[in-house]
Amino acid sequence: MANVKDNSTPVIQVRDLVKRFDGRAVLDGVNLEVFPGEMLVIMGGSGCGKSTLLRNLIGSMVPEEGVVEIFGQNTLVMDEPELDEIRKRFGILFQSGALFNSMTVGENVALPLKEHTDLDDETIDIMVKIKLEQVGLRQAEDLMPSEISGGMKKRAGLARAVALDPEILFYDEPSAGLDPVTSAEIDYLMMDLAKKLGVASVVVTHEMDSAFRIADRMIMLDKGKVLMAAKREEFETIRDGKPTGDDTKDLIRQFLRGDSEGPITRRRQAGGYEEDILHAAGAR
Amino acid sequence: MTDSPIQTVTWEDKVAVVKVAGDIDLHRSASLQHALLGLLDEQPSKVVVDLSGVPYMDSSGVASLVKLLSRTRKLGVSLVLLSPSQKVKSIFEITRLNSVFTITDSKEEAMA
Ligand SMILES: Nc1ncnc2c1ncn2[C@@H]1O[C@H](COP(=O)(O)OP(=O)(O)O)[C@@H](O)[C@H]1O
Ligand SMILES: [Mg+2]
Repeated sequence: MANVKDNSTPVIQVRDLVKRFDGRAVLDGVNLEVFPGEMLVIMGGSGCGKSTLLRNLIGSMVPEEGVVEIFGQNTLVMDEPELDEIRKRFGILFQSGALFNSMTVGENVALPLKEHTDLDDETIDIMVKIKLEQVGLRQAEDLMPSEISGGMKKRAGLARAVALDPEILFYDEPSAGLDPVTSAEIDYLMMDLAKKLGVASVVVTHEMDSAFRIADRMIMLDKGKVLMAAKREEFETIRDGKPTGDDTKDLIRQFLRGDSEGPITRRRQAGGYEEDILHAAGAR
Repeated sequence: MTDSPIQTVTWEDKVAVVKVAGDIDLHRSASLQHALLGLLDEQPSKVVVDLSGVPYMDSSGVASLVKLLSRTRKLGVSLVLLSPSQKVKSIFEITRLNSVFTITDSKEEAMA
């Protein structure tokens, strides 16, 4: 039960997911699968619905339509206690899931163990040391979050995310606010942990360097739909190739390269002004 | 799978051989600890924890064995982990505790 052995059965399966805000479909029929042990990166422009997708995956938001299956179970029909059982098998590292500033690093890591298990304090202390060692932070156990760097905070967040030996790790923009060197360090740590612990990871990011460093497979979201889902190598081929004249591929290429010219730009110029301005009005 | 993670305890002289069975995870670590620490009251000279029947162990299981190790050291009792599966061995490696424990695949060596 605790470990998924069959590598061809997805740990997450999403079918025809629709999420609307005030009638506007931010996710408009998303399909995706996450397999055991793989690192899946979800990319897409700002506001395209990446964080919303992640929230629907972890059950903190309920979609209007579609199916989310985790470990083969439909989470959308679960009640809160059932969801909590499933959530124990996730680790989550969100931007907002920052450390509690009133607690030491060690106490932060201990928190999920105290909340979700009936292990005694001594065992929890040992586990906290093990987790901190795994992220290279054992010396920081007694420090307060205010006393450590941004990169160390991410490491501590990661230690807390793996406290319960999760089978799936979710990350939302893990390198946000970090300098490139620290961001690369966190990438390697995420990869190292994922490989060693054999966990599946779902990472939302718009940082292309990071995405290409860590991904086994990538998904590009656009206008509420999956524009492309493929192995990293296929996205690399598109990024490094010449424009093809195929709008979808060229749009992906422009996004991956961060170019200022291409279908994204043309789309913005061509239209959607009414849609844009009404959406801006509706957002207030 | 039975509830108790301890399948059998056999004594050979003052050596207690404890056969553990099933996954040792958050649900079963506490009860494993309880049984193993309770065994120390019977004053063994050595405890051999046979892990051959444990397909999977998480870090709560490892932490439980660390706790047992610290108790046995205080009491001057030796502790040997016998025949962990590859998967269980790797959790000791990941947590960098493989060198802290005495781990062997040989029953003779464990009993010696
Ligand atoms: N709780 C919410 N209520 C209303 N609109 C929301 C809510 N969350 C997100 N949105 C809107 O959904 C769109 C996608 O947001 P988000 O998922 O945060 O994008 P991303 O993470 O890709 O930048 C945005 O237009 C955002 O304003
Ligand atoms: Mg976001």
